[in-house]
Amino acid sequence: MKVKNLMEKPAFRKFGGIIVLYAVVQLLISVGILNDYYFATIVTIGINVILAVSLNLITGFTGQFSLGHAGFMSIGAYFCAIVTLRVPGIPGFLLGMLAGGAAAAVVGLLVGLPTLRLKGDYLAIATLGMAEIIRIVFQNIEITNGAAGLSNLPKFVNWSWLFLFVAGITVLIVNFLHSSIGRACISIREDEIAAESMGINITRYKVTSFIIGAFCAGIAGALYATYFPIIKPDTFGFAKSVDILVIVVFGGLGSITGSIVGAVVLGLISMLLASWTDLRMVIYAILLIVIMIFRPQGLMGSREFSLAMLKRAGEQLNGLFHKKSKKEEN
Amino acid sequence: MEQFMQQVINGLSLGSIYALIALGYTMVYGIIKLINFAHCDVYMIGAYVGYACMTFLHLGLIPSLCISMLACMILGVVIEKVAYKPLRNATRIAALITAIGVSYLLEYGMMYFVKADVRTYPPLEGILSQSFHIGGVTLKAMQILIVAVTVVLMILLQIIVKKTRIGKAMRATSQDQDAAELMGINVNTTISFTFALGSALAGAAGILVGVYYNSIDPLMGFLPGLKAFVAAVFGGIGVIPGAMIGGYFIGIVETFVSGYGSSMYKDAIVFAILIIVLIVKPSGLLGKATREKV
Amino acid sequence: MSILKVEKLTKSFGGLTAVSNVNMYLDQGELVGLIGPNGAGKTTLFNLLTGVYKPTAGTVTLQRGGSDQVISGLKPSTICEMGLARTFQNIRLFKDLTVLDNVRIAMHKDVRYGLLSSFLHLPSFVREEKRLKEKSLELLRVMGLEDKKDELAKNLPYGEQRHLEIARALATNPVLLLLDEPAAGMNPAETARLTELIGWIRENYKVTILLIEHDMSLVMKVCERIFVLDYGMIIANGTPAEIQSDKRVIEAYLGEDVANA
Repeated sequence: MKVKNLMEKPAFRKFGGIIVLYAVVQLLISVGILNDYYFATIVTIGINVILAVSLNLITGFTGQFSLGHAGFMSIGAYFCAIVTLRVPGIPGFLLGMLAGGAAAAVVGLLVGLPTLRLKGDYLAIATLGMAEIIRIVFQNIEITNGAAGLSNLPKFVNWSWLFLFVAGITVLIVNFLHSSIGRACISIREDEIAAESMGINITRYKVTSFIIGAFCAGIAGALYATYFPIIKPDTFGFAKSVDILVIVVFGGLGSITGSIVGAVVLGLISMLLASWTDLRMVIYAILLIVIMIFRPQGLMGSREFSLAMLKRAGEQLNGLFHKKSKKEEN
Repeated sequence: MEQFMQQVINGLSLGSIYALIALGYTMVYGIIKLINFAHCDVYMIGAYVGYACMTFLHLGLIPSLCISMLACMILGVVIEKVAYKPLRNATRIAALITAIGVSYLLEYGMMYFVKADVRTYPPLEGILSQSFHIGGVTLKAMQILIVAVTVVLMILLQIIVKKTRIGKAMRATSQDQDAAELMGINVNTTISFTFALGSALAGAAGILVGVYYNSIDPLMGFLPGLKAFVAAVFGGIGVIPGAMIGGYFIGIVETFVSGYGSSMYKDAIVFAILIIVLIVKPSGLLGKATREKV
Repeated sequence: MSILKVEKLTKSFGGLTAVSNVNMYLDQGELVGLIGPNGAGKTTLFNLLTGVYKPTAGTVTLQRGGSDQVISGLKPSTICEMGLARTFQNIRLFKDLTVLDNVRIAMHKDVRYGLLSSFLHLPSFVREEKRLKEKSLELLRVMGLEDKKDELAKNLPYGEQRHLEIARALATNPVLLLLDEPAAGMNPAETARLTELIGWIRENYKVTILLIEHDMSLVMKVCERIFVLDYGMIIANGTPAEIQSDKRVIEAYLGEDVANA
């Protein structure tokens, strides 16, 4: 009984922190401090958190270098949009989210099975090629309206929905990483041959992690397609895959909190640079080079590589959420 | 049959361009194991330098080609020294992101200075603007020039890599950097030299594309760069003859798909080939598989 | 009753035959040594037994629960599930993970909860995780690593890393344990302690052990039987006393001239 109480305590605090963050932002929106412009930034950050956390699962934790995450996002966005354009109301929204995630997961399985035998840069290039193929297909088929994309998409995402999906997916992935299957995935990153010799079926868990990552990217795409009115194949090109990878590496490979901080910081930088249209990408490029030269291990480094530290990081997550809401207050 | 020959001719011209770019990817990957994403933008800069020489300075094609190659050579070396050298011992992903950063910097920096508009090369005069008709097949003088320049550059490259001291140093460094250093090879110089060679070839490809297709823009490098990388992987990354074969193969496949099938899917087919090659023979056509010691 | 039977096992890398026509057997509960000069093919033989390499020819049969199963050609993870575990000569721990996690990961194949429970941390998760942790700590206690359970594996001293390798292999619950130079890099006192530990493990965990070792004091002391490998071939098989006086073995180690002198 005593043990159980102790276990519940941090979980309770974590839960409390999450609720406080939700309530503060909701309040700011209700009283009109956070207008639509800022909220659009929050939505982008939220979607990027899901993308970064899920790519981190694949690349940072399982050690499989993917450069095609935007491909899964586009599948989620298109499947969801196709559903919401046909099925009205909240049922359509929920069905769309499910369709988006499931379709991305299925493609993740089909792509992952053959390609995950590849290592390092070869896998990166194969996933990049896969994402380009997906983009070209969406550009040329009728149901997605080609290069012009789909427009007039119904809007569903508000703060509550966004929060539910972002927090939900993050918690589920953190839980997963704390499980035996999660540890099996991490052991693949550490040493494939040793993992295999200890009874870990590496193909199976590489594919598992890839499918979970693809599913989450699909959900992120579906959120995009239910907040922004237009989706185009070019939105989900190579540049988007790179953006996600940059968040993950900037935050720290193998650090969930790092991915969250990375998404928030880069989202804010991008918002601040928005007024400098001409030089925006030039500054972004210089930032990338400078950050990589001076801190190649990212903000959080590999501090969560150990699972015991992940536990502590779970508590940091709380603090982080507090910080994030403070930032938005200012 | 005539259409077939025509596609082969077009494919060889396009393939020459891919091969020239692929050589830079393959040499750099061979020596520092980095996918140099900025390489395709060096090619773009080469096209712009050539454009400037021919439009503003009214230079001929060959002098412009030389200037463009020289400019890219310097650019390549500077990129390596400033951006990649500090990261030589960092993770591969960090180096890759730096390369992408450099790529963005060149693309959007160029866009800032010369605007995103498409620019057209001045029309060619004299013999270079001629076309020859043999049967039903059209052979442009430009196509002959592209293939000829490519072949000459490749022969030069082979001589440098196989016969010179620095070429030997390049091969040794790509085998084992530490051992090469212990044998008294200056690894830094060798890596710089590799970037210089690869970038010069990309510069040549840039200006040839400019005069052949007649239009250039700051983002022109991305797709050819990706396909040239596919060509390098196809031939076996790190293997110089592999990049040449891969370049011509990808060029010919692409023109055939456009000519006979659907041009909209030509890029998709190139990437599908990439994935199939990687799965069937990850080390590429001429590459050797490596085994991890347990 | 033999637990492992190796028949005509051969492995060639291109033109080089690293293991050539090896026949050997291990009886249930035996503690057997595998010795031979550097480059004789000992580790390659381990890699063949554990599935890291696929044999060019020959079979490996594992006797389990009264029935024979051919394991050559299977995946390393499947072979491990069938009860064959190993350590690595060049230490292949999960070095950025904690000592405890290194051991827990090796128990993964026996974990009885699925994906859903992994995401939601259902009661089955809590129960199993508790069991895993207790079992892991028990193993770490045996290997003298309990205090270090939260250290990262890479921060352990060399000798303790070797102990952790053994703990991790034992965590897979093997019937046959292959130890690849467990005493390499240890000082005589550590080696003596390890020698004792290996004997103790065999008694308490009811495992059969095959070990590669260069430290003859360890081999001669604990092994009941020794195989000698030279140029990929088994040149001798016998008790420590027999091996010590075997002319071919002395030749293999010291060269023909010395042996004849």
